[in-house]
Amino acid sequence: MNVIANKWIGQRTIRPDGADKVTGRACYAADNTMPGMIWGKVLRSPHAHALIRSIDTSKAEKLPGVKAVVTAKDLVDFPVDKPVPLGIQDMRWMSRNIMAREKALFHGHPIAAVAAINEEVAAEACKLIEVDYEVLPHAIEIEDAIKPHAPILHDFVRFEGKPSNIAGTMVNKVGDVEAGFAEADIVIERTFTTRPVHQGYIEPQACTVSCTADGKVTIWSSSQGQFMVRAMTSFLTGITQSNIRAIPAEIGGGFGAKTIIYLEPLATVLAKKSGRPVKMVMTREEVMRATGPTSGSRSTVKIGAKKDGTLVAAQGTFYLQAGALPGSPLRGPVGCSFSPYYIPNILSTGYDVVSNRSKVAAYRAPGAPLGAFAAECVIDEICEKLGLDPLEFRLKNSSKEGQKAVYGATFGKITFEETVEAALKHPHYKAPLDKNPRPGVKRGRGVASGFWFNAGGESSAQVNITEDGNVAVTTGHPDVGGSRASIANVTAELLGIDHSRISVLIGDTASIGFSNLTGGSRVTFASAIVVTQSTEKVIGQLKERAARIWKIDPDAVTWENGEARPAGPNAGKFPPLSLEDLAAKANEMGGPIGAGTQLNTTGADPGFATHIVDVEVDVDLAIVRVLRYSAVQDVGRALHPSYVEGQIQGGVVQGIGWALSEEYLFDKQGKLENAGFLDYRMPVCSDVPMIEPVMLEIPNPKHPQGVRGVGEAPIVPVLAAITNAVHDALGKRFCDLPLSPPRVSAALDAAAE
Amino acid sequence: MAKVHVTTTINGEPEEFLCEPHQSMLDALRGPLGLTGSKEGCGTGDCGACSITLDGRLVCSCLMLAVEAEGKTIGTIEGLAQGDHLHPLQQKFLEWGALQCGICTPGVLVAAKALLEKNPDPTETEVRFWLAGNLCRCTGYDKIVRAVLETAADMRSAA
Repeated sequence: MNVIANKWIGQRTIRPDGADKVTGRACYAADNTMPGMIWGKVLRSPHAHALIRSIDTSKAEKLPGVKAVVTAKDLVDFPVDKPVPLGIQDMRWMSRNIMAREKALFHGHPIAAVAAINEEVAAEACKLIEVDYEVLPHAIEIEDAIKPHAPILHDFVRFEGKPSNIAGTMVNKVGDVEAGFAEADIVIERTFTTRPVHQGYIEPQACTVSCTADGKVTIWSSSQGQFMVRAMTSFLTGITQSNIRAIPAEIGGGFGAKTIIYLEPLATVLAKKSGRPVKMVMTREEVMRATGPTSGSRSTVKIGAKKDGTLVAAQGTFYLQAGALPGSPLRGPVGCSFSPYYIPNILSTGYDVVSNRSKVAAYRAPGAPLGAFAAECVIDEICEKLGLDPLEFRLKNSSKEGQKAVYGATFGKITFEETVEAALKHPHYKAPLDKNPRPGVKRGRGVASGFWFNAGGESSAQVNITEDGNVAVTTGHPDVGGSRASIANVTAELLGIDHSRISVLIGDTASIGFSNLTGGSRVTFASAIVVTQSTEKVIGQLKERAARIWKIDPDAVTWENGEARPAGPNAGKFPPLSLEDLAAKANEMGGPIGAGTQLNTTGADPGFATHIVDVEVDVDLAIVRVLRYSAVQDVGRALHPSYVEGQIQGGVVQGIGWALSEEYLFDKQGKLENAGFLDYRMPVCSDVPMIEPVMLEIPNPKHPQGVRGVGEAPIVPVLAAITNAVHDALGKRFCDLPLSPPRVSAALDAAAE
Repeated sequence: MAKVHVTTTINGEPEEFLCEPHQSMLDALRGPLGLTGSKEGCGTGDCGACSITLDGRLVCSCLMLAVEAEGKTIGTIEGLAQGDHLHPLQQKFLEWGALQCGICTPGVLVAAKALLEKNPDPTETEVRFWLAGNLCRCTGYDKIVRAVLETAADMRSAA
């Protein structure tokens, strides 16, 4: 069913959680308190790499007001030689990430945690914990970690039979890449680097955990999945899932980073040991030092084309920084970099490199932007050399339905071409650009495209009719950006009632069926499916009850505009029965009205985006500013356009930060020097222009409303689009991000000499 | 150390509280005063999620000592709406969808209200520079700026 004439779908309704969020009433993780609550604090490693010879917590335990101390020995220890997978995570590594065992692996690695009557006493107790470290040589950057005789982080990690910091590889391949390059008229090969960048959510990780004498654990925390919180806490503490209830707080941003946990298992063990509810809140410094950024990268991309612009071969070699423990998002660059294009010969290889910095976490289209940065910059250079329009080039080489992607899937009805065509037609692409507007200023325009897989997966929903004939919808997905508003629109549309009559809530792990993470651009896609199926079941019940009241066949009843009506003149003449009427008769007709659906959703076709950007470079100050940005994306169907646009606008601005200003700075000892928002420079309001989202609505035929995942694709092209625009402005190709003033200045100075 | 007794005015109401001498205004608001609408994103005055007004002036409550509230007038996000009547900025943010996760929203609203009191007819550039102290990682700022400009226009035409 692809509904085109809609009353609610596609409307900019007020979000169900809106009033709470503009008045300060919405309850985020750090806003929770409990009677008898005490505070937990984490002692963190001051060293980038050190052997932990011993930990003595006795003085801390004796400090008045201290109620419990935990170290790694209080958590489940997983042997390193046997994987313990949970989704895409491995609990072996998560256990060692949330609390150091044999070694401290990064500056900020948790060593112990304390719970005390207040934050001051907990902090004081942390200082009394005596840790005997043997400081080891460290490696932060990829080249330092993979060079011969690099400090080895893990004895158990082997590559090609030898101890190594390369913890894993991934290869995707089609055709014969050597034969492909032999056919090419032009081959360009470049090496690119990107820096690890933090997701930058404004809400630091926080939780409150209560553990009662009967062993029941309740967790209030901010996450991208309460079921993930429950499962991971269960793994890491050894408490069964049935004894853990995870209640999702409002989440203050995640962008992938809150698909894993840090604090909940520590707070659980502290609560168990102390018998008191324990609250833990990270500081911004802790967030920056110890929670996952996305990988930094070193990518070599080689692409070959014919003179007429036909792509014939592509090779990508992507080294990604995993941080202290294995787990880089190799699938992102390996699978996505070349997927917008039909290229008969591709070899795409990824390497997972561990080094002494915090373990990476997912970040919006994990790994894809850094791969697209390399591939899309090389494509831009090929277009320049061949004298071809970069968008016409993309159109000529676009992937099409029925072709096999390098990551294994066969494309269904994909819509990359449509995004390129829309970009070609967009006034932005045709607008004249004065490349030398005034002395000392150069302007340029760049384009780039991007691909993201999108995901389906497990979701659950329950739709209940209240006794007064209104609707309560419960889903299992934390709402990071307005998904409740979309769900309200879908339910109102299907039931034919005013959207204000629908409340949408997010259930906890005990009150709704398993629902996978809010991530992978899946929530609106998947939850709309389960909510649609649940609502259709409810409509079936309503029709059946009306049929019984009228003593006619249920098939002779239709549901229109919130009422049951006889389907036609032959069905008989009866006054319509509204939702209120049927709710009032619910008990005499068999009981409460409601239905649920629990499903592994499928049909999430990939997302494509094509971006156009104009930049201005102040040649004296070496500052790159974005002047105009247009982001084209096929969104399938925008259930609530404001929040779809918001995903695109937000993703683009995150990409602008990645491209222009964000990076971690370490000192010679491997300590993070810019663990705060002042020096870790995310875009502020005055750094950016309006971002124009160009939404194409080509319905996904596999989804009841035509939805296609939206959240991740918009960050994928940004790095390359900006870098290509800077090339257009300065005539110089940059291969290393961010294009911050020091880097741009050095390049301009070098060119001048 | 003995706690300090502070007498102040918060959102138009007289208020008294006890605080540690070193405690920030943000911690006092979120702790003894129970006003958790002001958020802590950084604790270093960089993100603006804790924005309040002190005698009408926009400040980061994380950078202000709670004892400095003595005899002053404090405005927080909880004071923006009059009962169930939202401030025009709050209403406009909902209409525009100028928030996603919403964690920065209280600070942005407090800052935007302070702007419009000072400058009822700001340009886009003025809005962007005024709000440069309020980090938002979700929206890319687009709808926030539009909502503030449109509210300003509405309030001018209503005045």
